[in-house]
This record gives sequence, C-alpha cells and structure tokens, in this order.
Amino acid sequence: MQKYSFKALLLAITVGFVLAVHFQLVDQYVTTVAMLMGINIILSTSLNVVNGYMGEFSCGHAGFMCVGAYVSSVLSVLLFTKDRVFGPALLPEGFAVIGVPLVILIGGVAAALAGLIVAVPSFKTRGDYLAIITIAANYIIISCLENMDVIGGPRGFQGMKRVVGAMEDVWDIPWMPMLVLVGTILSVWAIRRFVSSTYGKGISAICQDEVAAEIMSVNTNKMKLVAFMLSSGLAGVAGGLFAHVYGYVNPQSFNILKSTECLVMVYLGGMGSLSGSVLSAIVFTLLIEALRFAIPALNALAHQLHMVPASYEIGQVWKWVVLPLILILTMQFRPEGFMGKKELSDFFPFLKKFYQRLED
Amino acid sequence: MEIFFQNIFNALQWGSFYALIALGYTLVYGVLLLINFAHGDIFMVGAYIAFFVATFLLGSYGVIDPGTFTGPVIVALAIPATMILTSLVGVALERIAYRPLRDKGAHRLYVVITALMCGLLLENGNLALLGASRKRFPDLLEKTVFSLGGISVTNLKILVIAAAIGVFLLLHFIVTRTKIGMAMRAISYDKFAIPLMGIPINNVIVFTFILGSGFAGLAGFLFVMSYPVLDPYMGAIIGWKAFIAAVVGGIGDIRGAFLGGFLLAFVEIGVVAVFPSTLRDLLAFSVLLLILWWKPTGMFGMPQTTKI
Amino acid sequence: MLLEISALTKKFGGLQALSDFNVALEEGSATALIGPNGSGKTTAFNLASGFYKPTSGTIRFAGQDIRALKPHEITALGMARTFQNIRLWQDMTVLDNIRISQHHCLDYSIWDCFLWTRRFRRREHEIDTHAYEMLECMGLMDYAQEYPRNLPYGLQRRVEIARAMSVRPRLLLLDEPAAGLNSADVGDLIQLIRWLRTEFKDLTIWMIEHQMRVVMSLCSSIKVIDFGRTIAEGPPEVIQSDPNVIKAYLGDENI
Repeated sequence: MQKYSFKALLLAITVGFVLAVHFQLVDQYVTTVAMLMGINIILSTSLNVVNGYMGEFSCGHAGFMCVGAYVSSVLSVLLFTKDRVFGPALLPEGFAVIGVPLVILIGGVAAALAGLIVAVPSFKTRGDYLAIITIAANYIIISCLENMDVIGGPRGFQGMKRVVGAMEDVWDIPWMPMLVLVGTILSVWAIRRFVSSTYGKGISAICQDEVAAEIMSVNTNKMKLVAFMLSSGLAGVAGGLFAHVYGYVNPQSFNILKSTECLVMVYLGGMGSLSGSVLSAIVFTLLIEALRFAIPALNALAHQLHMVPASYEIGQVWKWVVLPLILILTMQFRPEGFMGKKELSDFFPFLKKFYQRLED
Repeated sequence: MEIFFQNIFNALQWGSFYALIALGYTLVYGVLLLINFAHGDIFMVGAYIAFFVATFLLGSYGVIDPGTFTGPVIVALAIPATMILTSLVGVALERIAYRPLRDKGAHRLYVVITALMCGLLLENGNLALLGASRKRFPDLLEKTVFSLGGISVTNLKILVIAAAIGVFLLLHFIVTRTKIGMAMRAISYDKFAIPLMGIPINNVIVFTFILGSGFAGLAGFLFVMSYPVLDPYMGAIIGWKAFIAAVVGGIGDIRGAFLGGFLLAFVEIGVVAVFPSTLRDLLAFSVLLLILWWKPTGMFGMPQTTKI
Repeated sequence: MLLEISALTKKFGGLQALSDFNVALEEGSATALIGPNGSGKTTAFNLASGFYKPTSGTIRFAGQDIRALKPHEITALGMARTFQNIRLWQDMTVLDNIRISQHHCLDYSIWDCFLWTRRFRRREHEIDTHAYEMLECMGLMDYAQEYPRNLPYGLQRRVEIARAMSVRPRLLLLDEPAAGLNSADVGDLIQLIRWLRTEFKDLTIWMIEHQMRVVMSLCSSIKVIDFGRTIAEGPPEVIQSDPNVIKAYLGDENI
C-alpha cells in the first residue's frame, strides 16, 4: 500500500487539478501560473542534471528550450491546422489529440540533438570553456531562428492556439494544463530514476573526479553525451509545452536572460538536489508573481509615507530590481542553495522510512 | 579599398572596446577564477558615470558655470574621474556581494550566479531610477578627420585604439613585472598558500577589481564618446561578447583577452561586410565555436592537464 | 603472460619520461616497481592503464594490444588501479563508490533505467550484492554509508583498494599503497594484500612502493628504474645489494 501511495497521491493531484480547471474552480490566472510553474520545474530539474549532478556550467539552457519550442510548434501547425504560410493541415485536425503530445516529444528529441553542439566539445574541454560554448550555442540557435523568415524570424511564430482549440473540439477538457502536469511529473520522475541508478551516478562520479571515473570503468564520453542530451531534450519538452501554452513563440523569449532564470533556479535549489530544484522552481515562479502584486502595494505605501517624490511611480520595472536583490540575499544566507546536496527525504526522515521500499 | 580600410579601422575601434572589457573579465578570472558576469554592466555604469561627470563639468547642474572648461579639458578631467568612480562600483560589488560568499566557502558557481544577479540589479536599477528614455552624450571633442593617402580616420578612433593599446601595455607591465602582479598570478594557483606567504590576499583582490572596473569605466567613456546614446541594456550584450572574446583568447591571460577582443571585432565586421547584418551574431559565434573546438582552451590558454 | 610491455617509450615534449621499458607479468605474480621520485614509475602505470598514449613500444594485456583503447575499456578487460594521492569520489558514500566501479557490467540502457525493467532490476541487484560482498570481505561494512572524506586516511586507502577490486580485476596496479600510512596501518595493508592474493587466486599485483618492508614481504620480483631507464631487475635479495640501486637511491659514494 505504501508502495503505491506516492503514485496515488500524484494521480490524485493530477486528476484533481484537471477537474478543478475543467469546472472552472480555479481561474485562468491561477491555471497559467501553475502551468508556468510546471514548465519551470522541468527546466530547473533538467538543467540540474548537467549543472548539479555533472558539475558542468551550462548557461545556454534556453537555447535548447527554443529548439524544442520551435520544432514542436512548426510541426503542430503544419500538421494539424490551416496556416497562412504552410497551407492546409496535412492531417485531420482531430488527430491533434494524440498528435500534440507526440509533436512535443519530437521537439524534445530535436532539442536533444541540438544538445550535441555542447556535448561533443565537452569531451575535450570542461569548466568555463564549456560554459562559453553553451552561451555561444544559445546565441547561435536564437540567431538561426531569427534569420528564418519562413517561420516568422524575429517577429515570432504563432498558430498553436488553433491546434489546442482543435484538441478541445474533439474532447472538451483542459488539454494544456493536463499535458504540462503530466510532462512535469514524467520528467522529474525520469530524472529521479536516472540519477539514482548506478548508470546515472556515473555522471556524479565525473563531477567529483573525472580521471578516477574514466579509470574506474565509467565511459565518461558516453555519460556526458547522455547527460547533455537528457538535459537538453527535457528542456526541449519544456519549450514545446511553453509554446503550446502561450500559443506564441519568439526567439528573444529564449535569450540568455531566460537561461539565467534557469541557472538561478538550479543554484537556488542546490546543486545536485532534485527536490531542491523542484522547490526553487516553485518558489521562483511564485516570487515573480507575488512581486507583480507587491510592487503596486509598495508604490502605494511609499507614496503614503512620502518616501518617494509624488511624481515618481514605482513601476513593474522594480520587479527585476527586487528579484535579483532577494536572490543575492538568499545566496548570502544559504550559500549552498535551499537544500545543498540533500533531498527532501534527508530533512524529513519519516519520508525516507515511508518510501524505503520505493528506493529499493 | 577605401571601404576596406574604413572597415579595418571600425574593427580596430570595436576591438578596442571588447578588449578593454575583456581585460577586466580576464583580470578577475585570473585571480579569483570567478566569471564576473556583472562586468558588462559595470561597463554600462561606467558609461552613465561618464555621462554625469561630463554633463556636470559642462555645467548642466549649476554647480559649475557653463563654459568654464573646454571640451578637451573636460575629457582630460572626466576620464580619471569616471575611472575612479567606476572602480568604486566594482569594489563595492566585491565587498558587498562576492567576498562574504567567498568567506563562507560557497561553491565558486554560487559567486558566479551572484555576479549574474548583480548585473541584473545594476541594469534594472538603472532603468528604474533613470527611466527608459535614452540619454545622449554631449559632443566633447571636435571631430577631426586625418586622411592619409585616401584613408581617413577620426581622432576619436585613434584615441580609442591608442587607449586600448596603452591599457594593455600597462596591464602587461603590472602583471609581469611588479610585485602585486606576481601576487595576482600567484593567488590563482593556490589561494591557501598565499596568505601564508604574507600576501594580503584581500588587498590584492580589491586591487584587481579596481583595475578591471577602472578600465571598464574607461571603455564606457570612450564608447559613449563614439556612439553617444546611453541605455541601461547597452552593457549586457557587449559584456557577454567581451567575455566570449576573453575566453577565446584564453581566459586568465592578458594577451589572450586583448587579442580575443580584436579577433571578435574583426570577425563581426568581416561578416557584416560580406553577409547581411542579421547574420552577424550567428556567424561570429559560429566562428568562435569553431575556434574553441579547434583549441579548447583558447588561443593563449594553457592546455588543461590532469596529473595522477 | 598477463601483461607484456616491451620497448615502451614516453616523451613529454623534450623530456623522456620512460625509455625502453620492458615488463612481463605472469598470472598470479606480485611484482614491484621502485625507483627514486620522478623516475617514471607512475608514468609506466598511466601508460598501462591507458591514461597516456605511448610514444613508441607495445603494451599487451591478456593477449590483446591495448594501446588504442580508452582507460575505461582497459579497465573492463580486467585491469584496475589505485592512485598515489587517493582519488575517491569524496561526495558519494563508500557503497556508491564501489557500485559505480562496476559501470562496465551495466548491460542496460537509459530506457531500462527510466522504466525499471526486469533487466535493470536484476543488474542493480547484482551490483548491490557484489558491492556488499566486497565491503564485507574488505571489512568495510560499517562504513558503507559514510562519505570517504570523513574516514581516516588508512581506511580511505582500504576503500580505494576495495573500489579497484570491485572491478573484478585480473591485474591490480597499486600506486604507492603505503604512502602516508603509519607503521600499524602498513602492517594492516600487508595483511590485506596477502589476504587478497589467497582469496583471489589468479590476481596479479603490480605495485609501486617506496617502503621496502611492503615490497620485501609481498613481491617476488622487483624492477628498479631511474630517469626512465631500467637499472636493475630481480628477486628482492639481489636488488637489495645491487650497487646500481644503492647508487640511485643514496648517490655515488665517490662524489
């Protein structure tokens, strides 16, 4: 019974959430934030594979997200809906119901292949030189897409809303919240299984002593390839979900700033802590949304106390001042991130006892 | 032919900006092994400081009567003032944000993330305080065009290039010939042994930040003199590019940063001269990626070796 | 012959780290490689384990030319080693250290890993069993969940040998196993290696060691190198009185 309790809990959350959205118990805004949270969880946990467990410093995660987003969007618009540029749908629109999850997965595969740009140089070099290669990869990917006029270039690409609409025509349930939730759970679960297997622990061995790992029979090149491709592939899935949730993608929304967000989430949670990454993605998303409301309140307060000149309004731009400030302070107080290298079960021993059998 | 030489000079000018910023990255990296991602934004702050110092000296704030100083005098006064003020910003970052983390023994990458956050803070803090409207830098120097056998070059370009070369020579001298330079090089090898040798490690680090940020301030000043529009995000892209230049040159090595900066500029200008300008980033970064594939530790970087 | 090295030369730039190095290790033997610091001993080990590529010469392990193989492939063939300065994975438990060293036994793919297929569970179970057996017989059972960095130096050495043994090697290279140990620990180490040789019948040992006590009590044959060249070879008693060896270690008396 204990063995299935966790899965049952997840299932209950999924079904509960989807039902709540379906019967409009939660409003549009909450749903969007929840979906964004899910996407951020995928991004931070997948980046943690490379930056936390393998100890590399990849700062171009958004680039892979971009590949996934574009590949899946273009495919789904091409296949499932009528488009100004691509003409009529290649497949009946109803196929979108099974097609969109598949297309998002294909986006993930494409992103994993794009991950090769970074994975192959990592055989020879590591550390800050690799960091540069990831930044350059991010720029190159964005720049490539900006130069492709067929898919909108710098103006961005849209049409995914119609595909999602087609899915809802077939069966009127909240498809995107469901897909995001399933995607999040599956990817965290996949990473969890990967890093806790002997196979996946090879990447931690590489992090701690690459020479010893190679000599102790770990095929370091293959493990690097696997880690980078897993990480970028999941980022691609996150990108695909992102594109279908918002219905619009633009190369600049995957620029280095987005990569920075991913980095922040990983290091805030703790390098090499999966539950830390999940937690920090949740906290980070909530923080951004909370600031959206806090700033006008702060503005009103400051004006009431005459702390700022009457002509000056504290606008939303302060969000990006307060946020880094909070993060800098957090780093000062928790220089290892929220969780360090530990997992949730290390802090709450009863969880460990309860799920002992799952671990085995 | 005319255009060709014009491009060469443009590349030299841009290369000088990149090199000046890359030198700051490389100095800090050479000492602390820290990628100071806030450095591009320190450059931006330098540009704003240059703007305020210059307008102050021009008499915009009523303290000094307008017309007290002539253009060249203002430049001569404003450059050191900008450098000093900018280096104060750099040192403040190091004291407030980086050093406490270092002292707590945080992982190197946490300091890097803090640097990224400091960069964002500077950018957006600037945007929030000064507003989104772009500022225009006053013309301080009269534009003189020297022409030599059909090649014309402005005095400003010559000033920029000369400044970059001068800074490089100065830094090269400091790092290789002086005691403090030796201490800077030593710290990157062994942070634990250095204090035991009686070297005040924190003073050396502060000195490094003073040098790096001071030259970023200089770069900011020269940049807004050449391209007189200031906006809060001007440091972000140029900073990332300069960082890449520093790495391609071989991060931690002064010559590498200098040459890397010029290399990047030449590649960029070369690309724009042949291809449409939208391809600039794509091709420039691809070239850099190829260079790193070919020489994984940059042009001057030592090969990474592990001893067992 | 399990390991056959002939005419092996390694140059680093202008420096000749090892020249015309020959060695032949019989299955089940224990051989020592000694020499003053910087004489090229570790280089010989690094070449054998594939970490360096030789400038010239051949290396055959178990009848196979291993020069073109990567270190992990050589390890999979049955050659394990320890390091002069302990290189355990300090942030992983002792148990994990030993588990990961069986990476070459993994026959499942990443998909098995996600889906926990039967093959995955069987292999993980085998790895666990083997790891616990290894800990048990090396007397490390109490430290299975400890981090190596929290263990005393002597135990770290022992964990490193256990990690190398968990590869199921035919040839074990020990790079100064007694370095940094006190005399009681050295006694334990000698006992441990002796016990390994009786427990694993065909295990061949090749060690670099400075402490004569260890070498004399464990090895049947010694090879001495200096400046990359072999200067003496033979059983311990002969080596002890060889004038060349004394000269290399103590210097020329006539100077």
